[in-house]
Amino acid sequence: MTAFSAIGADVESSKDDFTPGVEPQPTWCPGCGDFAVLKALKGAMPEVGRSPEEVMLVTGIGCSGKLSSYFESYGYHAIHGRSLPVARAAKLANPGLEVVAAGGDGDGYGIGGNHFMHTARENHDMTYIVFNNEIFGLTKGQTSPTSPKGHKSKTQPSGSAKDPVRPLTLSLASGASYIARTAATNPRQAQEILKEAIEHDGFAHIDFLTQCPTWNKDAKEYVPYTDIQQDDEFDFDITDRREAADVMLEAENRLYEGEVLTGRFYQDSERPSYGEEKRSTGEMPEQPLAERYFDDDVEWERSADELVGRHT
Amino acid sequence: MSDSGLKWRIAGGSGDGIDSTSQNFAKALMRSGLYVFTHRHYPSRIRGGHTYVEVRADDEPVKSRGDGFNFLLSLGDSFARSEKEGAVYGKEKLKPLSENLDDLNEGGVIIYDTGLIDEEATEEINLEERAEENDWHVYPIDLRGLAREHGREVMRNTAGIGFTAAMLGIETEPFEKLIGEAMSGDAKDANIEILNIAYEQAQEMETTHDLQVPEGSHDEEMAMMSGSDSISYGALDEGCRFIAGYPMTPWTDVFTIMSQNLPHFGGISEQVEDEIAAASLALGASHAGVKAMSGSSGGGFALMSEPLGLAEMTETPVVLVEAMRAGPSTGLPTKPEQSDLEHVLYTSQGDSCRVVFAPANVREAYDQTRKAFELAYSYNLPAIVVYDQKIQGELRTVPIDFFDREPTEELEGVLTEEELEEAAHDQAGKFQRYRHDVEDGSNPRSIPGQKGGRHLATGNESQAVGHIEEDPDNRKAQMDRRMRKLSSIREDLDSMDSSHQTYHGPADADQGILVWGSQQDTVFEAVDRLNARGEEVKALGVSDLMPYPESDVTAFLESVDDCLVVEMNATGQFRGLTQKELGRFGDKLSSLLKYDGEPFEPGEVVEGFESSVNGGEPPGKNMVIEPAAGD
Repeated sequence: MTAFSAIGADVESSKDDFTPGVEPQPTWCPGCGDFAVLKALKGAMPEVGRSPEEVMLVTGIGCSGKLSSYFESYGYHAIHGRSLPVARAAKLANPGLEVVAAGGDGDGYGIGGNHFMHTARENHDMTYIVFNNEIFGLTKGQTSPTSPKGHKSKTQPSGSAKDPVRPLTLSLASGASYIARTAATNPRQAQEILKEAIEHDGFAHIDFLTQCPTWNKDAKEYVPYTDIQQDDEFDFDITDRREAADVMLEAENRLYEGEVLTGRFYQDSERPSYGEEKRSTGEMPEQPLAERYFDDDVEWERSADELVGRHT
Repeated sequence: MSDSGLKWRIAGGSGDGIDSTSQNFAKALMRSGLYVFTHRHYPSRIRGGHTYVEVRADDEPVKSRGDGFNFLLSLGDSFARSEKEGAVYGKEKLKPLSENLDDLNEGGVIIYDTGLIDEEATEEINLEERAEENDWHVYPIDLRGLAREHGREVMRNTAGIGFTAAMLGIETEPFEKLIGEAMSGDAKDANIEILNIAYEQAQEMETTHDLQVPEGSHDEEMAMMSGSDSISYGALDEGCRFIAGYPMTPWTDVFTIMSQNLPHFGGISEQVEDEIAAASLALGASHAGVKAMSGSSGGGFALMSEPLGLAEMTETPVVLVEAMRAGPSTGLPTKPEQSDLEHVLYTSQGDSCRVVFAPANVREAYDQTRKAFELAYSYNLPAIVVYDQKIQGELRTVPIDFFDREPTEELEGVLTEEELEEAAHDQAGKFQRYRHDVEDGSNPRSIPGQKGGRHLATGNESQAVGHIEEDPDNRKAQMDRRMRKLSSIREDLDSMDSSHQTYHGPADADQGILVWGSQQDTVFEAVDRLNARGEEVKALGVSDLMPYPESDVTAFLESVDDCLVVEMNATGQFRGLTQKELGRFGDKLSSLLKYDGEPFEPGEVVEGFESSVNGGEPPGKNMVIEPAAGD
């Protein structure tokens, strides 16, 4: 008997099930890359056999954070940079949930960078989508952690003196076990990658290039793109950290030279997820913790029986 | 109570085992039928640096540290830096003796370890002269030598206990038993041997003091607990099964106790990258259906400000504990202060909508932590238990029956899937989690994974199913509804059988003392002494800080001519809160403040009260009096 019957229920779902009613309609600008993330996520969820009420989507702040408003599921629209700590605890509390976190490049690689590093290190079984548009959009066009060096904005009037963050390399070094980059301009690949990421048992990070037509007019539309799995130049083993690191470096460099390399960069399917690790040390219960409060058969421990005797 | 009984202080360097030795000493006294209370003083250092613990013991319940102390076991600092290293901290080895003399009562007893403290060196601090002036009884003993001869040098603490026991007329049997519980093999045998040799040697010594330990007995089995223990046990008994945290003194104690016990209680503990993450994880776990907590001390709690506001806005229940220490910034990391009151009440943007309790002692820490969880989860809002280094570390005797309670098994404030079928949904089938029209302000919630419960929880203002909404009428209605929870909670608290506010002293007294949190019991002891001296004074100890106990405090203040507000901070934060909440009494309220890193002693409150009321000498010991408005 479960208190959460949406989880694991054998129901067919469709894209439409993940679409809210008439409202709210997305408020993203025409031509915004964010629409592509929404579409790919709606397409991927039925493919992995999930229905809206077993999905928890946690978002940060910014245009990307609105994803949870336009995607029909349990949603938690948190604060800037903090989607990951909220999301990973939800996964620990109820491992049956399909947990997805999402935010922008400022959210994930800037203010939330510490959480990104540690969530990847711990290898929580969840998916993290970073909307990377190389700009702060909702605050109207400031330089972001992934803006190219020399990028001029109202807050960097003489051009940024900083090298951009290398999201893929950072992810690999931190410990993510699935790392991919896709682009809004490549919807078919985006949906496939999202599906793989959701199915991957560990921390799956997707650097999703989402053009900002309003505030990053100078930026390329992320076309033409090259799928590294389809290109002979990149014949490498995605399970090999060293080879993956080389290709990531190449992809990060070439993005700023006008060439968009997308695809799967790294996958380690052998590494146990954090939940598995924690269960093996005896520090996580076998039964989902959230079930405990609804389960009449649970014997609740008391401090009077277990602990007070140590103090006498 | 009078300031009688034993006030034993053991002093040494950090790392000399002062803490564990004092705990065993206190426990042995408790087992022999006495009531005990401990007070810890330690520097922010791992090895070396002067540290001490006081154990106060008597045949009636002890609720506060005493005025100074009457027995000093000075071990010397085995990690002291040599003067040759150019240490600028003075003669560190001597500090466990020299630093303690100012507080030693007249007629007090001193044992010091000549193995570490040269008898010649004591001339530099005029020990002989001072002993004569104060009628101290000084016993230089080579504890280190004795320990070395029969075991290892670190066992000199045991030798000190042997001498203490003999000189105070305590049997060695409870100590032997405690050594047996903690050790085995050679270490156990050597310690027991040293204990007994020291005891015998002391009995053969010629002594001059009269101080003895009183005899006592308990009618029921007692336990010795700290505030950190009881906060943790309260959380576990109330059904908390998730904690996330980051180490910071003095909150680390609660985090440690929870982390060690949660796996055996079927729960999860997470040590994470920072306090922003810690609070955010607690929210994530709670939203997903688990009773969760986090906590920190001042600086770490500051990092939790934004998640705290998110909990208020998304109406995600959570309990945070804040162990105050002297600030600002890193301040005095191991010393108590009550200067984070405004911090916990108001931190995070927007109007506060949270519960804040400040327990006075071990019992209240247990009860109020449970209440914090109950209210947080019934009303879907954050609740904070604010305490300090004093409550965290002090050990007290509590009957074990006190903890014989039923655990709370359910998650309050949620709907089951069956109930969700009947609940209101919008046209698209989203659950109306945030309806305007709930009388007590709190909507029940659904949990992710439940059928029929999907909705959006957002830090933006939102409408009934959680869609972001900026409409002015909706905004006003949602704000009013959320704030309504506080008045509902106040009504709940006011109708409880036993109030969180504690009255002490004669009801018809015309002088009042107002006190909150950890200083309550110290003030109550002072009130007893003041009344014994002919003053007519009563005290009100306040634990509810938000929602503020308006009727309790108003009635109290109306019943007195003047009221002294006693707190450990420099700006009179609780006095300010009281005036803000009640909007009057400014001309009745004066302050007695202390913010030097040491909690009040009862005698200091007596002195402070007399000088504030009778206009006598300004009080000593770094205390400050702020007169009432208009005075």
